[in-house]
Amino acid sequence: MQLAQILISGIAQGCIYGLIALGFVLIYKATETVNFAQGELMMLGAFAGLAIYAGLGWPFPLACVIALGVMALAGLAIERVVLRPILGQPAFAIVLVTIGLGYVARGAVTMVPNVGTETFALDVPYRFATVSAGALVLSAPQLIVIAVTAALCVALFALFRYTKIGIAMQATSQNQLAAYYMGIPVKRLNGVVWALSAAVAAVAGLLLAPITFVHVNMGFIGLKAFPAAVVGGFGSLPGAIVGGLVIGTVEALAGFYLPEGFKDVAAYVVVLIMLIVRPNGLFGETMRKKV
Amino acid sequence: MSALLCASNLSLSFGGLKAVNDVSFDVQPGEVFTLIGPNGAGKTTVFNLISRIYQPAAGKLTFNGIDLLTVAPHRIAALGVARTFQNIELFEQASVLANLLIGRHTHRATSLWQEVLFTPAAWRAEREFRDRVEQVIDFLDLQHYRDTIVAALPYGVRKVVELARALAIGPRLLLLDEPSSGLNVEETDDMAFWIGDIRNDLGITVLMVEHDMTLVSRVSDRVLAMNQGEVIALGTPAQVQAHPAVIEAYLGTPSSPPLQGEGPGMGMGLHG
Amino acid sequence: MRFVFKTRYDQDIALFKHPGQRFWYGLLLIALLLAPAAVSEYMLSQLVFICIYGIVGLGLMLLTGYTGQVSLGHAAFMAVGAYTHVVLISHGWPFLLAITAAALVAGAVGVVVGLPALRVRGIYLAIATMAFGFIVEEVTARWESVTGGNSGLQVHAPAIAGFKFESTAALYYLCLSFAVVTTLVVLNLLRAPTGRAFVAIRDSEISAQSMGINLARYKTIAFALSAFLTGIAGALYAHQIRFITPEQFTILQSIELLLMVVIGGLGSIHGAFFGAAFIISLPQVITWFKDFLPDAIANATGLRPVIFGAVMILVVLAEPYGIYGRWLKIRTYFQLFPFYRRGLFKRQKSFQKSDRLR
Repeated sequence: MQLAQILISGIAQGCIYGLIALGFVLIYKATETVNFAQGELMMLGAFAGLAIYAGLGWPFPLACVIALGVMALAGLAIERVVLRPILGQPAFAIVLVTIGLGYVARGAVTMVPNVGTETFALDVPYRFATVSAGALVLSAPQLIVIAVTAALCVALFALFRYTKIGIAMQATSQNQLAAYYMGIPVKRLNGVVWALSAAVAAVAGLLLAPITFVHVNMGFIGLKAFPAAVVGGFGSLPGAIVGGLVIGTVEALAGFYLPEGFKDVAAYVVVLIMLIVRPNGLFGETMRKKV
Repeated sequence: MSALLCASNLSLSFGGLKAVNDVSFDVQPGEVFTLIGPNGAGKTTVFNLISRIYQPAAGKLTFNGIDLLTVAPHRIAALGVARTFQNIELFEQASVLANLLIGRHTHRATSLWQEVLFTPAAWRAEREFRDRVEQVIDFLDLQHYRDTIVAALPYGVRKVVELARALAIGPRLLLLDEPSSGLNVEETDDMAFWIGDIRNDLGITVLMVEHDMTLVSRVSDRVLAMNQGEVIALGTPAQVQAHPAVIEAYLGTPSSPPLQGEGPGMGMGLHG
Repeated sequence: MRFVFKTRYDQDIALFKHPGQRFWYGLLLIALLLAPAAVSEYMLSQLVFICIYGIVGLGLMLLTGYTGQVSLGHAAFMAVGAYTHVVLISHGWPFLLAITAAALVAGAVGVVVGLPALRVRGIYLAIATMAFGFIVEEVTARWESVTGGNSGLQVHAPAIAGFKFESTAALYYLCLSFAVVTTLVVLNLLRAPTGRAFVAIRDSEISAQSMGINLARYKTIAFALSAFLTGIAGALYAHQIRFITPEQFTILQSIELLLMVVIGGLGSIHGAFFGAAFIISLPQVITWFKDFLPDAIANATGLRPVIFGAVMILVVLAEPYGIYGRWLKIRTYFQLFPFYRRGLFKRQKSFQKSDRLR
């Protein structure tokens, strides 16, 4: 039974990694660039939720919705102000800009008086609730993480496969110039993608907050989400979640069965093994230049 | 005279599509051999097979008696095979001179240590590289563009630099992938002269893919026509252009008799 | 306006293209040699840091700027160099032998880190280097018998043939010599076939292959050399700060190193040193600005990351060629005066096209 507990906790943690990785993959699928500030967006989402729920005292579901909305707007703003001017520069430039954004976000939150340097608990209604399934005792926050992730996954998959917007996003990522010619509003679409990605990050933040705490460095968990995205294959949405689950469970098992310290590097060892065995990830695509 | 390049029964499929199907041909030393065919015929795939970017599913390929199928892609330059690319693959952020100097890489005679310390041997090697590259620049009249960054050059000049870089390798066999595509009439004229000079003065064998029939008739010794991955004709330019299978591949079979004044000849009719 | 009339190939191959360059770099060298007599002790120690980070910048520039292989784990090579050097010295090895061995070990680690580069590119390679960075960080923290773990290791002043480099000035001259030598090494490589092969790999791998460049071999050399140079810098770093812990070589440091070379100017040797100067002088600049800012902002711990991030964004938005690029534009303006046109350095807009093929 101990094993099952560990697995559940690993899966829940993996869902968080997967959600952040999902944000990466969303942006990568639409613009073929990587957003290194995804962890920081998650942190901002968590703080937004905290501010509304604990600060203003509004009901939790409302706080969640508003936090999502605020982060979506933030995503739109980032795209409009910072990324649109550099349209046309190589992908590496965008990576650097997002790194810079991450720094600015972290620094800015740290500078907020009384809030930036403290750690807060998000006291959601279900924080200490448990669910019993036979001999298993599962914590509600973990189960909610798993459930929400699954639902979000299905929704996004449907978006990309069946809606016009989803197909337009894929077109833009494959050939921007041709997408322009086809009448696809590339810049506006990019904004939508960033808004969506930021909202997903906010969801991850709100789900994670009851389990860990809300503090300015919680975005560093985003660094573990990179291996998750790579393991799953960077262009694949289901891959992001699967990758996250793999990393989460391996970590949980390593923490229990292996000596101290292996838990922290487990994710990175897994990603290196994956790059040797299957460089494009589990669901990734072959990258080959046609000459 | 034994063939310089010998391809027998090459086959390659991508998924269910037979890109190259049982293709065989010989290229004699000192000739200009052209591959023609409609788009999708498999010509560039044959090139990619020869330059070892793809591995054929079946068939043999020998160059100068050496079995090419066991040679890694980066080793064919040292054997004497150079190629240009259809979509220009130059080193965009470097000058024309730097691009050409990179072409001399297979003649590198210095070790890492000599380069790190830049010994007199390294100086001599650099001067020699520069000398040979200048000969290519003279040959193709690129003096004006020597120090220009490639990204700043117009398309026509880039094509010439691509050719120059391949020549800088000092090859025995030159693979030209659509040398005249995107060039205007004057530039194509120059290209025709240069291909002739490459064969006559430099003694290099040329294997090229081309769509411009005027250029093909002007410079080629022999032509191979392909369609849908298969060989449909082989011979002199005039023979191939009159071949019924070739006409059908380009123009289709007539459902009605040809209009008065037109015949099946294709001398002036087909430009890429 | 200067016209350089070239009569010999040697003029193109040489490091200095014309007497003017020789003059100015000579002046710079003299200024650097006289620095200990002219500047304060504090400034001198900052110059030492600039030399050290400059060497790291050279290594990273060689790998990322010239060969196009992104590395997000470069602090790991500094760590390997620093720890190997300190451990060897504490076992009685002479300084020069220890630093060479440390650099070689770092180079070997570089070869290992470079193995993924032979199979993957772009973001995948970046994540692989980041993974290596984390693993090295964890190993240095856990391998307590050798590295002292999180309690760190103490480092004494370097000594060559009995002479102890105790003073800041002595350490400064030592680091300066290393910086000059490594710069010359990299400059020599860049004007030789190996350096050109690196640039070829960066700009078009498939083309480089058809030119006869063995991708695997040169990528490995790039990683090894880059790690070697960074290892040297790591060892010097250990002597400068006198105390090393695993926390000095984390992923954050790696990211800052990458930002350093980009801000300095990717793809140029000057960029490595401009970037180092920027990153070392940033705290100073913040201190100056503090006088102009309201107290609440000025004293906040978050100010440095905010400014760092903001500069990064500004550099990409306004000056993609970095500090060196801006310097080049200013210099060209004065050289070509009054014929300077804004379009001289215009970068062609490239629309994103996927290399992915399903």
